[in-house]
Parts: sequence; C-alpha cells; structure tokens
Amino acid sequence: MMNFFIERFLGGKQGAVAIGILALLILVIFPLALDLFRLNLVGKYLTFAFAAVGLVLLWGYGGILSLGQGVFFGLGGYAMAMFLKLEASDPESTAIQTTPGIPDFMDWNQLYELPWFWVPFESFTFTLLAILVLPALFAYIIGVAMFKRRVGGVYFAIITQVIAVILTVLIVGQQGFTGGINGITDLRTLNGWDIRTDSAKYILYFINALLLLAVIMISRFVLTSKFGRLLLAMKDKEDRVRFSGYDVSNFKIFIFCLSAVISAIGGAMFTLQVGFMSPSLLGVVPSIEMVIFAAVGGRMSLIGVVYGTLLINFGKTGFSETFPELWLFFMGGLFIAVVMFFPNGLAGIYNKYVSKLAFLQRYLPAIKLPKSKADTQSNASSSASTSDNAAEGAKS
Amino acid sequence: MKYFSRRKFLGKTSNLIGAMLAAGLISTSVMATEFPTAEVNTTGLAVTDDTVTVGILHSLTGTMAISETGAQEAERLAIKQINESGGILGRQIRVIREDGASDWPTFAEKARKLLINDKVAAVFGCWTSASRKAVLPVFEQHNGILYYPTFYEGLEQSKNVIYTGQEATQQILAGLDWVAEEKGAKTYFLIGSDYIWPRTSMKIARIHIEQVLGGRVVGEEYKPLGDTQFGSIINRIRLRKPDVIFAAVVGGSNVAWFRQLNAAGINSDNQTLLTLSVTEDEVLGIGGENLEGFYSVMKYFQSLDNPNNKAFVEAFKAEYGEDSVIGDVTQAAYLGPWLWKAAVEKAGSFDIDKIVEVSRTGEIELDTAPEGYVRLHPNHHLWSYTRIGKWNRDGQATVVYESPELIEPNPFPEGYQ
Amino acid sequence: MGDFTFQELTSILAMQGFVGISLFSVLLLMALGLAIIFGQMGVINMAHGEFMALGAYTTYMLSMFTRTHYPELMPYYFFFAIIASFLVAGIVGYLTEFALIRHLYKRPLDTLLATWGLSLIMQQMFRTFFGSREVSPALPDWLMGSWMPTDSIFIPINGMFVLGLTTVVTFAVYYLMYRSSWGLNVRATTQNRVMSGAVGINTKQVDRLTFALGCGIAGIAGAAFTTIASTGPTTGSLYIVDTFMVVVFGGAASLFGTIASAFTIAQAQSILEFFISSSMAKVLTLLTLIIILMIRPEGLFASKVRK
Repeated sequence: MMNFFIERFLGGKQGAVAIGILALLILVIFPLALDLFRLNLVGKYLTFAFAAVGLVLLWGYGGILSLGQGVFFGLGGYAMAMFLKLEASDPESTAIQTTPGIPDFMDWNQLYELPWFWVPFESFTFTLLAILVLPALFAYIIGVAMFKRRVGGVYFAIITQVIAVILTVLIVGQQGFTGGINGITDLRTLNGWDIRTDSAKYILYFINALLLLAVIMISRFVLTSKFGRLLLAMKDKEDRVRFSGYDVSNFKIFIFCLSAVISAIGGAMFTLQVGFMSPSLLGVVPSIEMVIFAAVGGRMSLIGVVYGTLLINFGKTGFSETFPELWLFFMGGLFIAVVMFFPNGLAGIYNKYVSKLAFLQRYLPAIKLPKSKADTQSNASSSASTSDNAAEGAKS
Repeated sequence: MKYFSRRKFLGKTSNLIGAMLAAGLISTSVMATEFPTAEVNTTGLAVTDDTVTVGILHSLTGTMAISETGAQEAERLAIKQINESGGILGRQIRVIREDGASDWPTFAEKARKLLINDKVAAVFGCWTSASRKAVLPVFEQHNGILYYPTFYEGLEQSKNVIYTGQEATQQILAGLDWVAEEKGAKTYFLIGSDYIWPRTSMKIARIHIEQVLGGRVVGEEYKPLGDTQFGSIINRIRLRKPDVIFAAVVGGSNVAWFRQLNAAGINSDNQTLLTLSVTEDEVLGIGGENLEGFYSVMKYFQSLDNPNNKAFVEAFKAEYGEDSVIGDVTQAAYLGPWLWKAAVEKAGSFDIDKIVEVSRTGEIELDTAPEGYVRLHPNHHLWSYTRIGKWNRDGQATVVYESPELIEPNPFPEGYQ
Repeated sequence: MGDFTFQELTSILAMQGFVGISLFSVLLLMALGLAIIFGQMGVINMAHGEFMALGAYTTYMLSMFTRTHYPELMPYYFFFAIIASFLVAGIVGYLTEFALIRHLYKRPLDTLLATWGLSLIMQQMFRTFFGSREVSPALPDWLMGSWMPTDSIFIPINGMFVLGLTTVVTFAVYYLMYRSSWGLNVRATTQNRVMSGAVGINTKQVDRLTFALGCGIAGIAGAAFTTIASTGPTTGSLYIVDTFMVVVFGGAASLFGTIASAFTIAQAQSILEFFISSSMAKVLTLLTLIIILMIRPEGLFASKVRK
C-alpha cells in the first residue's frame, strides 16, 4: 500500500524526495523566514503555480498548448469572489444603496435585484462545486468542439487566446453583472470568518500550499497511470495511438478539463488571499504568463514549474521594486533563453548539470522526466514530434 | 490661511513662490525638536527626527504609464518644493516610489508593501478607478492615507482616501448646464470608453439631461478600451443629429476618436462637442488641429490666469522641460502633498487618525493652489470651481466659463443614483 | 427618426459602406505580413504587433527629422516614411530570423513563446527610447480631412490612403509570391523543403527573406496606422489578436483566404457595430469565427498541399 502510494502519487523514491523538499520549502522554510507580507505574496505566487501544474499535464505531457488558462483561473476566482461579495453585501452594510443587499456595483448600474445567475452563489456548497464543475464543463464544451474536429497545435493555441479575449470583453462590457474592469473588490469574510486578518492570511497560505501539494500528487497519479503513458504516446505519435484503437480526442478532452479544474482551484485561492478578482487576471497577458511559468520551470516537471513560478514572480516583484525599466528586458530575455537553450526549463538544467555532480548525487534526487535517452536527444525528438502534431492539427 | 495659524509669522502669503521663499527663510526656526518624534508619531510610522517617508504609487510601466507620468511628476515637484521650504514639522520628506505596472493586483501588493513594510506616513498615487478600488481595502485595513488625484465617478467615500480631483457631479452638471444655456442644446449623444467612470458619468448626465434640463438623449455608446475604429459610431451620430456630443473616451482610443471625427467632417463649425476626458496631456497625442473649437469641462487648465498658476507652470517647466504640459490630473496630483502638509501641520501630528480628524473639520484649505482656492469638504473631496475650456490649435484651452462659486463635492448625489 | 431625406439616408449608407471597407483594408494590411510568415513558414510571430509599432515609430522619427531639417519636404515625407518603415522592420526581421527563428523551425509552439519574449523586449525598447507617452507624427495636410463626392458624403482621406496602400501592397505580394521566380522558390520550399534544397534552392536564404518580407509589411502597416491612431509602446499588443484571427480564419498559405477573411470580419464587425454595442459586436464576431473554425478547422480557404 505504502509502495503504491510512493510509486503512483509521489513518482517513486526520487519523486518523493523532490516533493518532500518542496513541501519543506513552502510549508516550513517560507513561513519561518518571511514576514507575513512576503508570505502573502508567496501565497499569491503559488496560486499561479496551480495553473502552471495544469499546463504540465496539458502542454508538457499532452502536447496541447492553451493560451487561455487564465480563463479557467478566472472562472474559479470569480466563482469564489461572487460568493464573498454576496456575503459582504448584506443589507446592513449596503444600507445607503437604492437597493440594499445587492453588490455595490450592481446598485451603481441600476440593477434592482440580484441577477438569477448570482443567486446560487449565496450557498457556499454550491460555490465550492461551481469552482470545480464550471471550469470543467466549460473546458469540456471547448474540448469537444475542438478536439473532435481535430483542431490542434497553433490553431488551438490561438482559439483559446481568442476565448480569453471574448471573456474579458464580456466581463468588462457587462459591468452591471460582473463589476466590469474594476472587478469584484472589497471582499471581507468567508462564512463569517474575516479573511483579512493576519491569522486568516496564515491559515489561507497553508491551505493553499497543502492544496498545491495535493494537486501535484494527483497529477503525478494521473501521469503514472496507463492514461499518462498513453498521453505521452499520443504527444509523440498521435496517429499511432489512434490506429491502436484509442479515441485520442477523449484523452485530450479529459486532460484539458483536468488542467482547467486545477487552474480554477488556483483562481479561487487567489481571490481568497488577495481579496479581489478582476478581468486583468484572465486576459491574454496573464494566460501567456502562466505558460511562461511552466516553460521556465520545465514543462515536463510538476515540481519544476512551482519553482519556475516562484522564480519569475520573485524576480518580477524584486526587479520592479528596484529597476522597473529593466524588468521586461530581463523577462523577455529569460524567456527566449529558456525556449532556445533549455526547453525543459529549470528542471532540465537541474537534471543536466546539478544532479550529475558526483558528490551531490548521493543527496539530491533527480527529477523524473519522461523516459529519456539523453536529455538533449529527447528534447529534440519530442519537440519535433510536437510540431508534427501541430501540422496535423490543421488538416482534418 | 488657517492651516498656518499655528505659525503666525508666516503671514498672509497668497502665492506659492512667496510661500516658498518665506518658508525657506524661516525654515531654520521650524525645528524638528519642537515636535518630538514620540509626540507626532504615536503609531510607528516611518518618521524620524529629521525625515518622514511617504510613498508614490503610480504605473511606471504598462498601458497606464502614459497617463500617470504627469501626476507622478507633479507629486515629486510638490514634495521637492515642500522640502526646499523646510519640510513638514521640521522634517524632510523622503519618497519611496513604487510601480503599479498598470496591473491592479500589483497596485494592491505595492500598497501593502508601502503600508506594512515601509510604514509610510502617506501615499500619493493611483490613477484609474480600478487601481483605487484594488488598494482601498488595503488602506482601510492598515489605516493608511491615500491622496488620489483623478477626477472620477464618485459613489465612494473612505476615511482613508482624500480625493483631490473632482467627483462626477462637480464636473458634469456644471458642464451640461452651460451647454444647455449657452448653446441651447436639446439633444445629446453620449459616448464613452467601456468602463465604470464613463458609464457612471453618462448615467448622471442622462438623468440631468432628461429630468433637469428637459433635453433628450438620442444615443449612448461605449467603446472597448483601446478600440480605434469609430466609423460606425460616427455614422450613427450623423443619423441622430445631436445638438451636443458629450464624450468620455479615454486612452489611445481618444486619439482615434477625434481624428476620425475630424476626417469625417464633424468639427466645431458644425457640431458642439463637450468632453470630460481631454486635458492638455491628451491634446499632445490628439493634435490641437483635431480639437480646435471643441470644449472640455475640467477644474483646471494650464492657461488659467492667476499668480499661483503662473508660478506652478514655471516651476513645472523648469523641472521637467519647456515642452511639458500640465493637465487637470497633474494639477490635482500637485495638490496632494500640499494638502497633506496642511493637514499634518494643523493636526500637529503624522498620525493618520489625527489627519483624518482635521480633514473632517472642513477647515483644511489651500489658497496657493494653481487652480485657485480649494477647501477640503468633510466628505474628503475638494470644493472647487468648474471651468469650461475651448481648445485652440496650439493645444492650449481658452477658459470660456467659470462657475461663479465653489461647487460642493457630492459623491453620493441624491436623485442621480 | 422621421426627419430624414432619402438623400441623407443614402449618404449615411454609403459612408457606412466605406467604414466597412476601411476596416477591411486595415485588417488586411495588418494580416498580410503575418499570413506570409505563418502560411509559408508555419511560424507564429507573436511580435508581429511590435514590428508594426516599429514601423510607426520609424515614421514618427522621420516626421520629426523632416520637420526640423527640411520643413519644405513635409508634404512628401510620408512616402519615404513608408519605405523606411518597410526597410527598418524588414532588417530587424532579417536579424531576428538569423538570431532566433531559424533555431526553432521544428518547434512551432516554441517560436510562439520565443517571439512573445521578443515582443516584451521590443516594447521595453520603445519605452526606453520614446518614453511611455503616446506619440503621433505630424501628418502632411493632404492626408487630413475628407473627400466630398456630394454635399452630404464625407469620405476620410486617411481611410482612402490606407485602402490604396493596402491594394498596392496586396498586388505586390501577389506578384512576388505567385509571379516571380523568388515566389516560386518560397512556395517550393513550403511544399517540400528537402527537394527544394536538392534542386538548388537556398532554402535558408528563402526563409530569412520570407520572414524579413513579412516583418517589412508589418512595418508598412505600422506606418499607415499613424494616420489613424497614435503609437505607444504597447500599441502592437492591441492589434495582435485581431491579426491572428484574420490569418487563422482565412486559412494559412492562402492569399485569397486572407483577403476574404479580412473582408468578412470587417463587414461583420462594422455592420454589427452600427446596430448593437461595440463590445457585443466584438464578442459576436469572435464567437462566430470560432464556430466557423470548428466546422472548418483549416480555415476558409486552405491550400491543398501535400505534407
């Protein structure tokens, strides 16, 4: 039983050590070393790591690049924000409004009652379900429409990007229902529990960190299953899997839905920790940033992307505090460098150099990348086959 | 000069340069020792025996950097002048600048950093409503104070924010009254960018037009931010033949909007246009020739003819170059540090609660303001004049109307919600 | 709305028709460069918008230069500006291909990411050199105002200028790709790189020039847009999604498809906008495109090439 757990959820002994080190870092070292302000920031970064983990499944293993992960992050975040906003808009604290008891932005936009799709969000159970089900459902619809028609590769990437644009335009344009460009702000309590206090911030940080670890383990479980191997096979030679009698599109739909749900959990945790949600978090730019986190961390490494997310975000905050002008140069350069020279990101660099150092080998784990002949070799071949898929995606 | 009443020897200096010189001469006499740190700072703000730290929080990068540059420059100028004139309670102001990067979560994050890590005594900044909404809970939770410079939609009043720009009714009602009276306008076409400020402004405008002025709104349009194609809307305007186009288009769209209007043959010869969103800053991009003869309603224009403004414009140009222009928000941002100074000196303390308390008295006033005399209303907004400027080819406006008296700020206008 | 003469209504209809055509020419000009690069090389250039901004800034610089040094040439500088924009963007594109793109031909999704990194760097360069304020070049007088075929019809001259420019560029591209021997090389390379190399085509050179050409056309588009809107460091990112939609919807590797796609999108957008709000018009247009793309994933006019 224990062995099964280690093999399937942690990815073997080496995987267990790697996840242990990550857990040590985010559960012990950060909370001890950082003040609450910085810790809260790390908590915010870790919510993006959810999206990055989702991209490892979808992009790294499935070979499907989505430039619309922000959409799902946003769906999760908005679902949570709607619940919190309703709780914050009780008739007492909104007494000065024309219609007390509805969110303030609705009142400003001449809405006199709560729109029907807001009503179920008064229930916490419904909200929790919605955070998981809504993104999955949305991803399912997109997935069926796209993958059954064998739309893939760059086409899929661009269509997901357009979906991100559509959702942003809708939210901004329908501000009476959505809070518009300001987003949903001034969130206070969760079932009466004030999420703005210091203790709440600590608790939310730990819930977030534990959830992230759990998501990584579940993803590992999926990837070490037969399905995971099929996924990888599909990425390398889609037609062979198809001719072996599998319905490839179903695999793609499933992995797309799963990655959507994972992103949505991140979004919901973002809302809880930051205290608001706005369309600027689900548009084109944040969606691409999520891809960057995954690329820099290593698109094939569930653990690597967490470090990638942390590195980029620390860099962003640190750089923009000292040299705001240089940040974009650095970020752009880093991105090009990673894509050109280190397609497996931090995890690849680590495997190639650090873990090979003889004297360290005894202590440090190698991060498990998929069965590779040699790092560079496999990069080239797997990337090349990705391109086959992309080309094939276009024709039906 | 009530805020100087504690220091009688300052006397009645009505212009800024005078005040600066005078304050400079006596700066040695306002010693920090008269205000021991322990007394003026009981809440652990970043105040030492000779410095006090404040934050400036604007977008230095991203799409909003274009607009926020001027405000940020004005705030730094004001702080520099205050420092040259001896600082506040004998302390020099030290500035920590943070970049909001046109991204609202970043604004919230940086606001938190300024308040929690840096313990700044005041923050000057934000530009868009979205960024203000994002930082507002932070300021309320950690009890900071924010001086917010932009004219905005109202519907907000926080004890932790001082609004140095106009709220919607101050700007809109006077402007509409003027076109109705002066131009005999009956029909109006409303157009704005698609976000909260234009929408709220247009809502107030519509109610005022329909219920007070007895006019008619013949069209109401919103364009997504950044959109540059106005052809279809211009044709709709032609179809409806409004007496007045009432516009609140912002950012890059603004340039496209006025250029296309002009190219379509709609100009001041055949159309009255009143806009809420064009200041001298925007004219730079739009080009004076596309705006000639159109009207803006604001509380400040660079061309205002008074000694305070002359001194301000001169100082601003000396600091940032002869070509720099000053728009409404830039001037409002310039007021921030001065209003804060007035409040601190009146309260005799940097404590936020004490500053809020004196701000509530309605007695904080500045008669050195470039826009003329302003006074802080207990609701944390400013009493101010509203003016209408007619744009000239050279990018400056001629003020054609000034409200006869200070207009009371009314962020929650009864009957307009 | 009873107080309209028949003539007024026809005029408005005519002008509305021109709005659609004008948007069409704008979209087409934006998309042409990208269509060449994507269609012929399979490369997604996310920095396309920044190459447009590069063209716009070149025009701006040239206008400043002309105004200070040769004010008497102001009426004509714009033609030089278009050529200069083409050259500057083309040269930068050439270098980009050499430094970046050629290493990534086997990985189209990765070029997408790398060029996005490039777009960040270019944006920051614009900001460093030109500041974050939006700029617009001084336009020659003849580009302003409108042409009035009748008393009540106003056709904006800048719109006609962009339309004319788009026509010229489109025909030039058509000639280059389908009538010149260089175009034959490009198309041969697209269809079978190895065979093309075997028959003596320098495929690397072809790639480099194709990419440079695409970027150069983006530069022309940028120059043309200075007549419509102002330019800022992030201007490019405003256009990129629309541009992609045109190319993808048209079907890669088909000049005719790109034209048809730009026309459809422009007409849908401008007609819808006349009746419903702009943001809903945009949502509806994009949604329709996605649905059509689901039915025809290869775009409106896919080229029938053997892979």
